[in-house]
Amino acid sequence: MKKLLIYLKDYKKETVLAPLFKMLEASFELFVPLVVAAIIDEGIASQDRLFILQRCGILILLGLIGLICSVTAQYYAARAAVGFTGQLRRALFRHIQSLSYTELDTVGTSTLITRMTSDMNQVQNGLNLTLRLFLRSPFVVFGAMIMAFQIDVKCALIFLVTIPVLSVVVFGIMLISIPLYRKVQQRLDTVLGIARENLIGVRVLRAFCKEKEETERFRQKNQELTGLQKYVGRISALLNPLTYVIINLAIIILIRTGAAQVELGILSQGQVVALYNYMSQILVELIKLANLIISMTRAAACANRIQSVFEIRSSMTDTAKETPDREEGTPAVEFRHVNLRYADGGENALTDIDFTVMPGETVGIIGGTGSGKSSLVNLIPRFYDATGGSVCIYGHNVKEYPVASLRELVGVVPQKAALFHGTIRDNLRWGKKDAKDEEIMEAVRTAQAEEVVLGKEGGLDYEIEQGGRNLSGGQKQRLTIARALVGKPEILILDDSSSALDYATDAALRKSIGALSGRTTVFIVSQRASSILHADKILVLDDGKVVGAGTSEELLQSCEVYREIYETQFQKEAVNR
Amino acid sequence: MKEYGTQTGTLRKVMHYLKRYWFLMALSILFAGLTVATTLYIPILVGRAIDLIIGPGAVDFAGIVRILKEGCVIILATALLQWLMNMINNKITYQVVRDVRNEAFEKIQALPLRYLDQHPSGEVVSRIIADVDQFADGLLMGFTQFFTGVATILGTLVFMLTINVWITLLVVVLTPLSLFVAKFIATHTYDMFRLQSETRAEQTGLIDEMIGSQKVVQAFAMEERIQEQFDEIDRRLEKCSLKAIFYSSLTNPGTRFVNNVVYACVALAGALAAIGGVITVGGLSTFLSYANQYTKPFNDISSVVTELQNSLACAARIFELIEEPSQVPDAADAEELKDAAGQVELEHVYFSYVKEKPLIEDLNLSVKPGQRIAIVGPTGCGKTTLINLLMRFYDVDEGSIRMDGKDIRHLTRKSLRSAYGMVLQDTWLKSGTIRENILMGKPDATEEEMIRAAKEAHADSFIRRLPAGYDTVIQEDGGSLSQGQKQLLCISRVMLCLPPVLILDEATSSIDTRTEIRIQKAFQRMMEGRTSFVVAHRLSTIRESDVILVMKDGHIIEQGNHEELLRKNGFYAKLYNSQNL
Repeated sequence: MKKLLIYLKDYKKETVLAPLFKMLEASFELFVPLVVAAIIDEGIASQDRLFILQRCGILILLGLIGLICSVTAQYYAARAAVGFTGQLRRALFRHIQSLSYTELDTVGTSTLITRMTSDMNQVQNGLNLTLRLFLRSPFVVFGAMIMAFQIDVKCALIFLVTIPVLSVVVFGIMLISIPLYRKVQQRLDTVLGIARENLIGVRVLRAFCKEKEETERFRQKNQELTGLQKYVGRISALLNPLTYVIINLAIIILIRTGAAQVELGILSQGQVVALYNYMSQILVELIKLANLIISMTRAAACANRIQSVFEIRSSMTDTAKETPDREEGTPAVEFRHVNLRYADGGENALTDIDFTVMPGETVGIIGGTGSGKSSLVNLIPRFYDATGGSVCIYGHNVKEYPVASLRELVGVVPQKAALFHGTIRDNLRWGKKDAKDEEIMEAVRTAQAEEVVLGKEGGLDYEIEQGGRNLSGGQKQRLTIARALVGKPEILILDDSSSALDYATDAALRKSIGALSGRTTVFIVSQRASSILHADKILVLDDGKVVGAGTSEELLQSCEVYREIYETQFQKEAVNR
Repeated sequence: MKEYGTQTGTLRKVMHYLKRYWFLMALSILFAGLTVATTLYIPILVGRAIDLIIGPGAVDFAGIVRILKEGCVIILATALLQWLMNMINNKITYQVVRDVRNEAFEKIQALPLRYLDQHPSGEVVSRIIADVDQFADGLLMGFTQFFTGVATILGTLVFMLTINVWITLLVVVLTPLSLFVAKFIATHTYDMFRLQSETRAEQTGLIDEMIGSQKVVQAFAMEERIQEQFDEIDRRLEKCSLKAIFYSSLTNPGTRFVNNVVYACVALAGALAAIGGVITVGGLSTFLSYANQYTKPFNDISSVVTELQNSLACAARIFELIEEPSQVPDAADAEELKDAAGQVELEHVYFSYVKEKPLIEDLNLSVKPGQRIAIVGPTGCGKTTLINLLMRFYDVDEGSIRMDGKDIRHLTRKSLRSAYGMVLQDTWLKSGTIRENILMGKPDATEEEMIRAAKEAHADSFIRRLPAGYDTVIQEDGGSLSQGQKQLLCISRVMLCLPPVLILDEATSSIDTRTEIRIQKAFQRMMEGRTSFVVAHRLSTIRESDVILVMKDGHIIEQGNHEELLRKNGFYAKLYNSQNL
């Protein structure tokens, strides 16, 4: 958490002034009982109406000064909290964007989103409250005690005992109940989980006739939750009665002691009233303090979670400044004995991959589920770094390219078609920042997406909703292909990106992409043999290894895995055999 | 007016739940009243004691001790009552919540799928969890708070009146000022808060999208531009947050100032009255402590009222769910389907999800035991609907479906569904171990049977490679398993219970073709003599079916085996050829 505090550096003034003014406000509050004591002892005793009027004027004045201090404090606290969180949020967003695929895989995007949103808000509230109350409450508590000492030492001793006893009770109950409340939350999550599971899996559960069992399970977990809630409830139900007893018993002792002191002439009646007022102030502030500590610990936990995101360092270095010169006659893409092992350990995802692709060639990559097809193509735009061997583009290791220019060189259509809120034009310009409409439409036609664009109201101006919700899977896929084509990348990777297209569209797409070749090096990853049949070179992957390379005819002769895939999809041959 | 009517309606239903706890409720209210009275009595006692401390030599010790003893008893009694009241409230609240949740959950199990398909699961979950919580907190806690608040106000008023009418009047007239201040600030910050939450929603949207698809952002090297977009929104958010937070934070200082003014006025009036001998110094001290507390119940009540309304709305949502009509229960004379042979007949079946949009019209189909039926057709043609009807997730609008010659509406749902084994494209796994998931259809299967089923489904080898093998715990909906692996688990599940009729709805769509062929061979072995319905996108997987139904717009447009349909050269032939370019 501490490391986050550097984002407060622009708000040093605010961070100091906010609690300071709060303290001022509190100290004016502490004068009130003294003024009231004076009214009783001097004003009423000597029947001095003018004196009473003046003192009441002072009371209002104290209130006014308190108001001004307090408003000032609230302003600075809000500024510091909001400003700090704003800076923190921008820095965290920047940091998350700098993480590489490896880190994104391990942390998970939903976690990151929570850090950016709800954790941030918690931190902002926590900081705001802390600046306002953290000094105020203890100041009132101890201030009241010090004032009591000013009035009478013997009576003040009662304060000296009461405050620790109250603190033990208040903080003790909080300390015991907070972890229990966390447990309650966990059990509530379980109950929520069962409810959600039963809604999402309703078909399967009903198909297996699990209604009764599930109801029983829910009842049991629900009962466990209720049991714990009642248990925690019993503990926190003690807080109010206990503090009430302590503070009021203290008042009783105070009055008894006060009476004796008055009898001796050490104290006046008004001073007893003042002491009584101080005692009443303490309880309110102690409870505020305890609540503050709860929100502070919560905010601190959130801050620590945010901090832990900052501590994740990108495993990818981007030190290259300039795009290296291209050497003539070198292969467009070359894999030299490449191995890849993901950060979460386990087996190699890719083992000893070695091949070359000349500019303009089309490469098909085929293999079963989990055979490493996507892993292989992900190395080309350097989404991951090879853990062994090297990946070269135009004769240079991909690490020698600045990441941004490498990714301009390589266009990728990922498996999952993701589009963003904005017009179709905005989305397609991701491939090239300043693309003209003609360029965009050319790409759209190649991607077989012309009917998608023209079919929408406004064409390129059609507003896509968040996550592309207002488009079908096939439409999204074609637009993501167009997006990659707009930048006219020299190397194009289609990672199983026609799965949602019907066979006729897929065929037309392959044809138009084929027409690009000559200029563009194309990688097509697919499970369908028909998609890669006409590639210049086909790589067959099995368990992370290349088990066959060549044209379709060659592979049918030499590669058993390929033959099996081929035959399961073109059964005529299988039947004839 | 109507709103009022529904609110009282909801309130009546709430009362229904509380009826069982009427005694505790009454006790809680009684204790609350007593607590308020005793709490308010303490300042009076203190005031009286102070009046006995006049000055040196003028202290009535005996009187003070008597008053303080009385005070001790009252304090202890108050604490005890308060504690009991808290306990009772807890008990009522948590048990009502439990009861409502149980009832809502049972409802889910009995609701027709039509309802569940139309309502997003997140919304239903939030009714059972968040709405119930809000309802309990707001309505039950709110109720006691409301009662305590009103009692405190009235009690204070009475106690103050017993001391002095005019000063009481002063307090009563001035105190509402702080409520006005609070209200004033609240109405004037409303727009700022709305702007803040709008801006925040905009930002969350961007975060959701960009971090959710961060890989795409990086693939297009868009980080800088997105950061600019983010910074712009963030600066705007910063500005409007500052405004909203600052202005709303004026409420406390504002009301506190008003209270201070009231306090000063009471001190002035009280002190002048004391000079005139109208009240005592003790009376003044009592007044001051009341003046300090008097605004609190007002603030409480005004926040409770909004919370009460809010929780009534929540309660209404819950009751709406609980009162939703259940699916038609099994007929009283419903038969158990035993050892189904798998003869399925559809006769003049009509069905639609929405009245205005007829989907299935006059569908006829007769399937002999052991036949393999394939269903093909474009998206939205009614393939999945047919499955919904077969398993009686939905009831037909007209016509009938018969299983072994009996109308399925005259069979118990349980026995009917047990006759089917189903693997859907949309794989769903329960959170729990892999073992629990496979054993779902047959909890008493032996270890060997389970492993055999997993092997048949080609799932055994990947399961063994998981950290804890068959005992690996998977999170809700599979977590780290790939779509293909999840499908293999669902297939294992069905392989284990060997139902008489099998339904495969795109069951192997995410599995690579080599494994798919092997699994299909296993299915074929397993389905020997059993009826099966197969929906598939890849036509290669259904060529060997006995009957292929080609569906379009809810009708069967072609019917026959592969060769016949090819010869017909219709829709099927076109589809088949396009897949085999």
